[in-house]
Formats: sequence, C-alpha cells, structure tokens
Amino acid sequence: MAKTKLKVSAIKDGTVIDHIHTENLFKVINILGLDKIKNQVTFGMNLESKKIGGKAIIKISNKFFEQEEINKIAMLAPNANLNVIRDYEVVEKKIVEIPDQIVGIAKCFNPKCISNFEHMDSMFTVVSKNPLEVKCHYCEKINTKEQLIIK
Amino acid sequence: MKKDLISIMDFNRDEYMRIMELAADFEKNPNQNLLEGKVVASLFFEPSTRTRLSFETAISRMGGRIVGFTDSSSSSVTKGETLHDTIRMVNNYADLIVMRHPLEGSARYASEVADIPVINAGDGANQHPTQTLLDMYSMLKTQGTLDNLNIFLVGDLKYGRTVHSLLMAMSQFENPIFNFIAPPELAMPIEYKKYLDSKGIRYFEHTEFTDIISEADIVYMTRVQKERFADPIEYEKVKNVYILRNSMLKNTKENMKILHPLPRVNEIHVDVDASPKAYYFTQALNGMYTREAIIAHTLGLK
Repeated sequence: MAKTKLKVSAIKDGTVIDHIHTENLFKVINILGLDKIKNQVTFGMNLESKKIGGKAIIKISNKFFEQEEINKIAMLAPNANLNVIRDYEVVEKKIVEIPDQIVGIAKCFNPKCISNFEHMDSMFTVVSKNPLEVKCHYCEKINTKEQLIIK
Repeated sequence: MKKDLISIMDFNRDEYMRIMELAADFEKNPNQNLLEGKVVASLFFEPSTRTRLSFETAISRMGGRIVGFTDSSSSSVTKGETLHDTIRMVNNYADLIVMRHPLEGSARYASEVADIPVINAGDGANQHPTQTLLDMYSMLKTQGTLDNLNIFLVGDLKYGRTVHSLLMAMSQFENPIFNFIAPPELAMPIEYKKYLDSKGIRYFEHTEFTDIISEADIVYMTRVQKERFADPIEYEKVKNVYILRNSMLKNTKENMKILHPLPRVNEIHVDVDASPKAYYFTQALNGMYTREAIIAHTLGLK
C-alpha cells in the first residue's frame, strides 16, 4: 500500500489509536497509562479529520491491547478505532465498545456520594449505552454522559 | 457469604415475606435471647434518635450488647478518620454493624470493607431499607396482603426516599395501583414513573388533595419540607394544601390506614389522631419488630 506523507511516523509493530477528539488526547493517554510505559509512543493532535474535525492520533510501538483495556476510553473517545500493526501493515481493526461496568476512571456527579470522599475506586453500572447513562454503584444516582467527570 | 441489608432492592419478594413472617413472630414474643453473647456496633455518624432507639431496643430485647456512638462528634471522625478505617476497626470488635451516615453510598462501601454484616439505617437521601420493611409490615398487618393494594403517596414525592423505596418494593407484588399527590415542584421523578411503565403498573398523578382518597387502601403521608423550595413564596403556597384532616376521611374505605414515617409537622392534623384509621404510631412500634426480624435474618439466627 503506497503511503504518502505521514504526519506521525509509522510504526513497525504495535497499535494505532485513531479518531480521538484533540481535547481528550491527554486524558486518553492517562487512562491507558501511556504516560508510564517504556514503549515508544508518538502522537499528533489537531490533525484534519472529515469524521470528527480536529482529531488526535496515538501510535504505540510493541503494545497490543486487550478489548477490556480499550473499552476504558469508550466514554472519551467513542468513535476511536484501533489498528493493530504487524510489520507496517494493519492486520486487525478494533472498535471501542462501552463496557457494562466502569471502574475507577469517572467521578460521580453527586457531591454527597461517598466515592467523592474516601480513597476508593468509583464504580458505575451502564444502564443505557445510547445515550450513555450509568448508575453509581454506591449512591445509586443515574449519571448522564454530560454529568460524568473523567478523572 | 455474609448477608447485608443496604438497599431495599437487595432483597427479593421471598425475602420480604420471610422478614414479614419473622416480624410477626417477634411481635408475639419480642424478648428472644438470640443475640446472647453477641456485640452489635451501632454507628450513628449523624443523629437520628427515632431510628437509633428502635434499633437499640430491638437489639436489647434480643439479648445483645451495644457499642457505638450517637453522632460523629463523639467519634474519631472528628479527628479526620476515614469511614474505611472506622469500619475496619469496628469490624474487629463486633458481630454486626448498624450504621447511619450522611453520605450517600456510605453503607454499601462499609459493607465492602467489613467482613461482618452491615445494616443500613439510612445513608443520606439514598436508602433507608428498614423503614421500607416496617412500612410493608404495617401494610400487611392492616390489609392482610401486599397484593392488589391501592396506595396513595402524598407530599414530597421528589426528594422523599421513603416513598421511592416503598414504590420499588411494592412493585414486586401483584397488581398494585399507585396514586401520587404532590405539588408540581415535588412530583414523582420520571425514572420511577418509567420503572412503573416498564412493569405495566398503573399510576395516577394529582396535584389536588381532595376527596379522591376514597379509593385508597393506604394513604402514605410525607412531610413537605421548606428547605426543598428555592422560592419561599412557593412553599407558603403549598404548605397548607397537603394537610390531611379528619373531615377528609368521611368517604374512605373501612380498611384504609394512614401511614407516615414520622416525624410529622402539620401535614396530618391532630384531629386525625383519634381516628381508627390513623396508624402512624403503631407503625413506629412495628419498626422494632421488623428490625428484630432483619437482625435475625442477616445473622442467620432464625
């Protein structure tokens, strides 16, 4: 496959996460723990995209994600897709799916929820995927996508 | 696996009925030495005299010993201890925790930290399952069944956790009908109406509190609280609209009973107290039997 100018250099083996909204790039990096790993990571932001407007892209060398790990970014980057790269070629495409439970990454909007006071993981059960609505495991309040705060 | 009671929906219909059966047994014989040699931690992170006395009397009548505190000013919480650490510590000493806490979800979290059973005696505006079970016991006792009841919920239906829990629990029984009477500002939230819709349960909404209660088996009154209104004028407008008076009971059914979680302010006029349909004080007494039943059930003593 002929490649013209790549704005973010190609990787030999690893994963490319595409179609992230630029403003969520650093949160995605944080949630996937990419700021702590030793692998080579390159990213670009404010790239042109017909699908979402200013998009961001992340390329991680020699890193392959489990579906469960990927789903953690579902709230931030529902349109993201992952290309698994082997020897410069895309060998598999993965789509982000909203998990049934969201643990640790979001903050309950209820100011009186215990999860906002103790050193503990927040936990939500997804009650509706579209539009996204989750129920706090602790205070039992329904959080809409707009109300949920990503840590 | 240990058994907790955190949320009313943690129990199913069979368990509700089991609690009712045990409560009837404790009513016949309230003094049963089932907790002999056991220590119950009664942790009231905020004061609630009514609930605490009911629980502590239940424990005493079952022969148990009580340790704990009556509000957080007399506990290590004032020193900045986390709930986690308080529960871990108490877990070392007691066989059961009964807790009341101002934060929502605190009881669920405590039950995950503790190895011993936890009974939620109220977590903020979220859940107060023992209140719901005593309400159900009061209904069963006065109506002989929990099926086919026409239940009128009156007052603050927006913030009132007791009415929400009661609605969820009674939806597990056959063919209930709900009637909601509230000012528009305090109407039943949409999620509960959606829940009833999904189960095909009939409900009717009213803003006027008039003689429509003639169909009721149960009239469940709640307090309209001033602090719920952003505009004090709005409160003044509604505060005297949702008052139950003796004259309104004229055309009501023979079996109808009036319930209230207490404390009341003015929403039930004192002239109702003498009516045989006024049941709220007996309802409070039923609370003690129901709590004995819940303790016995969670500890597997019966």
